[in-house]
Amino acid sequence: MISKVFKHTNFSWFRLIAALLGGLVLLFIISPLLGMVISTPVKTLVDTAAEQEVIDSIWLTIWVSMAATIVFSVLAIPLAYLLARYDFPLKRLVLGIIDLPVVVPHSAAGIAILGFIARDSFMGKTSSAVGLELIGAPAGIALAMAFVSIPFLINAAREGFALVPERLEKAALNLGASPATVFFTISLPLAWRSIVSGLVMMFARGMSEFGAVVIIAYHPMIAPVLIFERFGAFGLKYARPAAVLFIGVSLIVFVIIRLLSRKNKPNA
Amino acid sequence: MLKVEGLSKNLGAFALKDVSFTVNEGDYFMLLGPSGAGKSVILETIAGLVRPESGFIYLNNEDITQKPITNRGVGLVFQDYAAFPHMSVYSNIAYPLRRKGVKGRALHRRVIELAEKLSINHLLDRNPQTLSGGELQRMVLARTLALEPKVLLLDEPLSSLDVQLRAGLRSALRAINREGTTIIHVTHDYEEAISLANRVAVVNKGIIEQCDTAEEIFQNPKSMFVAKFTGVRNFYHAQIIDTTEHELRIIQLQSGHKICGYTDESIGDGFVCFPESAVSVSRTSPNQSALNVFQGKVVDIFPQRFGYEVTVDVGFKVMALVTWESINRLELQHGSDVWVSFKANSLRFIPRV
Repeated sequence: MISKVFKHTNFSWFRLIAALLGGLVLLFIISPLLGMVISTPVKTLVDTAAEQEVIDSIWLTIWVSMAATIVFSVLAIPLAYLLARYDFPLKRLVLGIIDLPVVVPHSAAGIAILGFIARDSFMGKTSSAVGLELIGAPAGIALAMAFVSIPFLINAAREGFALVPERLEKAALNLGASPATVFFTISLPLAWRSIVSGLVMMFARGMSEFGAVVIIAYHPMIAPVLIFERFGAFGLKYARPAAVLFIGVSLIVFVIIRLLSRKNKPNA
Repeated sequence: MLKVEGLSKNLGAFALKDVSFTVNEGDYFMLLGPSGAGKSVILETIAGLVRPESGFIYLNNEDITQKPITNRGVGLVFQDYAAFPHMSVYSNIAYPLRRKGVKGRALHRRVIELAEKLSINHLLDRNPQTLSGGELQRMVLARTLALEPKVLLLDEPLSSLDVQLRAGLRSALRAINREGTTIIHVTHDYEEAISLANRVAVVNKGIIEQCDTAEEIFQNPKSMFVAKFTGVRNFYHAQIIDTTEHELRIIQLQSGHKICGYTDESIGDGFVCFPESAVSVSRTSPNQSALNVFQGKVVDIFPQRFGYEVTVDVGFKVMALVTWESINRLELQHGSDVWVSFKANSLRFIPRV
């Protein structure tokens, strides 16, 4: 392998050392995951996969994160467009605010959201008035997931929009398109790849969220909470099959999404 | 009719200053000037992409200065084409038609019609990324014409094409104009202006130096910049030192040589110019009526489109256009001793302001 890497270039000690160090990092990521998979017997895996509680939690995790991503994309994508196209006072502050969820400890974020949607808060009152339960309910979980994952979508979409030449938008305006039409026929399709990658990132980040969600809703149990509960109550051996299963399902979902988004290159 | 009145805009590096001109219906109007003169900004202001600080734009007597880009009815062809890369050539051309609500068969018919007009009907299924510069230019022209613009604005449409493609596109543009589309065309190439425009505005540093028919501009440049830019090569700093009857003036060049020219200017400082085509070259002293006859040596022979540009040093450098037959007949080469002559009435004197 090393001979292949260095085949067409002159040998350099620096490159060799960088490659070795890089290899260690890859090993560090892969080996715990691989170790966990190897040390889980297939039979327990199958048994766990048949448990209704496990199926429910994985399903809940997937659809709530997806719903959160879709609902919040309606808000996030236009914001990303504004950030990419216009300069306004305090823009840097706005950009900082968007990155805030990434640096805030997620349990702290959970506490903050809980206060925000508590039954005696404005949000809590409004939502229960329309019959939407937030705390201990999928809607609340979705809010927690969205809070911690939305920066990924906004930033990816903003970068995508920034790469769309402004000239094309101006040309479209000149050809009689309204600003909204320009957005849907030019800007959005051309930024689509970045946006999809942002959506996938947001969805993935939402699915893997534990800290914020566990404070809003212990029940119904999303997969990360279930894994934690099984570990706390019964230990490593019992938590492992659920973890392996969840990782496997996540991987399959992302591969499918990636493949779909590659094929669906939009054409206006 | 498009009327631009007192347009001003400060863009940091340079500024448009009080730009005014009128383009009549059916005109082929050329904005001619060096790069960075502000020609493109003028176009973008007319299209509404740039808002002027002061001044007005009237289109058929309607004030469109503050009108949104979308409903100006002015079609702009960008210098870098601005083809929509995610759409086929067909969809690019159909874009403005769809915005107007043209659908189905009518849409299809119109796209085909436009594509045929610009001879790109074989490219309709292609992706713009696979087209050559000339094909792209035709595609965006078709796309902009689909808008049925009241005025067609072209930003350096020929500059990135090679000579052969240029000739083809030139005739396409002329045909579009003959069919009644008013065109404003930006260029830095005066030959392009000569071959296409019926009216020309020379732009320099955000100012319209001269706006007139093409003939007037090239035969009677009103400033040194115009004279120089429009390609009058025999151009000298000079002084009128004596006046005689019939407006014949004795003009002294900086080199000390005296030449005769007709002008109604009086004694003073300025520039004198005369076209290369007005200069005759001969091997013997010409027995002609020309008042300006000088003897010198050929110092340069440079091939041109229709012959050679011959530079003769007679104490100052005179450039003449000589056909290739004459070059052979006169056996001209570097160092040949020749006579040059030019008529006093071919001279133009531009006083320094």
